[in-house]
Amino acid sequence: MTPFPEAIHLQRIVFGYNPRRTVLRVDELRVEAGKRVFVYGPSGSGKTTLLGLITGILKPQQGSCRVLGIETTKISASARDRLRGSQMGYIFQSFNLIPYLTVRQNVALPCQVHERRRRNILAATVHEEVERLARRLDLETHLDHNVKQLSTGQQQRVAIARAVIGKPSLVIADEPTSALDSDRRQAFMDLLFEVCDEAGATLVFVSHDRSLMTHFHEQISLGDISRVGE
Amino acid sequence: MTILRLAWQSLLSRKFTSGLTIFSIGLSVMLLVGVDCIRQGAQQGFEGTLSQTDLVVGARGGSLPLLLYAVFHLGSANNEISWDTYQHFAHHPAVLWTIPLAMGDSHRGFRVVATDDNFYEHYRYRGDHSLQLAQGSRAEGIFDAVLGSTVAAQLHYHLGEKIVLSHGLEGSFLKHTADPYTVVGILARTATPVDRAIYITLWGDEAMHYGWQNGAPPLQAVPESQIHKSDLQIKTISAFLLRTRSRISTLFLQREINTYKPEPLTAIIPAYALEDLWSVLSAADIALSLVSGAVLVVGLLVMLTALYSSLNERRHEMAVLRAVGLNARQIFALFIFESTLISAVGAGFGLAAVYLVLFAIRIPVENNYGIPLVMVGISSRVLSYLGAIVVAGALLGFIPAIRAYRNALVDGLSAT
Repeated sequence: MTPFPEAIHLQRIVFGYNPRRTVLRVDELRVEAGKRVFVYGPSGSGKTTLLGLITGILKPQQGSCRVLGIETTKISASARDRLRGSQMGYIFQSFNLIPYLTVRQNVALPCQVHERRRRNILAATVHEEVERLARRLDLETHLDHNVKQLSTGQQQRVAIARAVIGKPSLVIADEPTSALDSDRRQAFMDLLFEVCDEAGATLVFVSHDRSLMTHFHEQISLGDISRVGE
Repeated sequence: MTILRLAWQSLLSRKFTSGLTIFSIGLSVMLLVGVDCIRQGAQQGFEGTLSQTDLVVGARGGSLPLLLYAVFHLGSANNEISWDTYQHFAHHPAVLWTIPLAMGDSHRGFRVVATDDNFYEHYRYRGDHSLQLAQGSRAEGIFDAVLGSTVAAQLHYHLGEKIVLSHGLEGSFLKHTADPYTVVGILARTATPVDRAIYITLWGDEAMHYGWQNGAPPLQAVPESQIHKSDLQIKTISAFLLRTRSRISTLFLQREINTYKPEPLTAIIPAYALEDLWSVLSAADIALSLVSGAVLVVGLLVMLTALYSSLNERRHEMAVLRAVGLNARQIFALFIFESTLISAVGAGFGLAAVYLVLFAIRIPVENNYGIPLVMVGISSRVLSYLGAIVVAGALLGFIPAIRAYRNALVDGLSAT
């Protein structure tokens, strides 16, 4: 179905914020398209750096980085920004939302920035698509609220909606459940999986919490694939 | 478009700081533009007060004092011109018309100007506007007086009112109580110093001082009924306005008057004398502009401080914007839009305030200080100020933008 068998394929990556001091080496990382992958790593193991490389915020000093069929080391910074915005959804640990926009505007943001996301919506208009997702994520009564009025759990659900609107090929979640209590965590995971499956997106879920591991098709330990600080 | 909307909403979300910043920029723009508008307004006001007059002639003296007392009623004449000399030039073949002016008396703070019919006939202001009587008629009789519109309005005088003139200017204790004058006419408003004076006839001026010797009144005042035009002889005037038959002869005539043997005279071309006035005032103008320029720099720095100090609390926002795919250029655009919006709104606010203030103070300034202020349009100088402010605002936006971009690179997509 997807034009590329692997959503992510990193090979022999070497990266350091200072080129003389390598902070992350990855010999190989493969994520098949359409899979739900759990990336485990304790704090300081380079999770954030790895996500920076996958999303094209960072560029490795060496190695190859194929994401969604595109070799991101060979394209310009703004082309990487475009790839990220148009084909990836991103969920942060917390503070996912732009404080001065309403819930509705926050969810619709990727569609406003990228034509491709706008084209891919399931409903007829962006407005309706936002409402559809809001119903799906039990947010429909909060759409015109200020994001500051929402609970943490609600904010994280808004983040899911924003990540999956316009059917991105890849959804990246960076410790999205760490601010939630255990009951909400399960509900959040279920919703996330449902909407990612609906969008047909590959999910890369990064966490230090091994208890979540069992929900995923595949588990990758960052410690196994990378050697840090060598 | 999305970025512009984001910038706008971001500013709205920080209403208080954005508002304060806009206010401080507005205030400094108001000062800068205000100085310019008042300077221009005063210039146009002064220039509009007198038109179609080629020469202003007075006794030998400085050209600026002559212009100020003869036309703007500021300061006083230190010497007089004999009636014979005036007659000589009034009938000069190169002269089209003259308006004699005799000054030196006042009424409750307003100047009394003795003149003749030529004043009503030939005086022109702001191009081709002539004097109109709002009520009554010209002063013809010895004890007739015509009021400028401000005089009538401020003193609540009507036709038929008896008024007593004072010798000399403000607060003189010598009052011409024996000879009250009757208001026979009120001039329509001209928005020039003409409004702030009382006009009597040259005969009236002589009658007021009838029987005076060495600047002191006679012991026994002469009653009004006993003074007739035939008893009076006009001896001197303070100055006269003159129009030549042909503009070309102005310079020759000026030279002729300045070198007139029987009496030392000064003839000036009003526009040139005004130029002298502006050059005297330009130093003050520059000083004021420098001060307001400095205030403007402070205003812009306030904006920079506000934007820069908001960066820390906006790190999450930047991370989210990077995550949804905003590129470096768009992040820059966001900050530059914000600073441009602030400076543009501030500039607009300041400009509006200038015109509101100018509109409000125009009449009081004219009434209280006799300085004619004209509502001027937006000059090219003001436009260039405004342009420079908006451009400076836009450029200042680069500073927080660079910092935000660097932060975003270091923070990547995690700003927790």
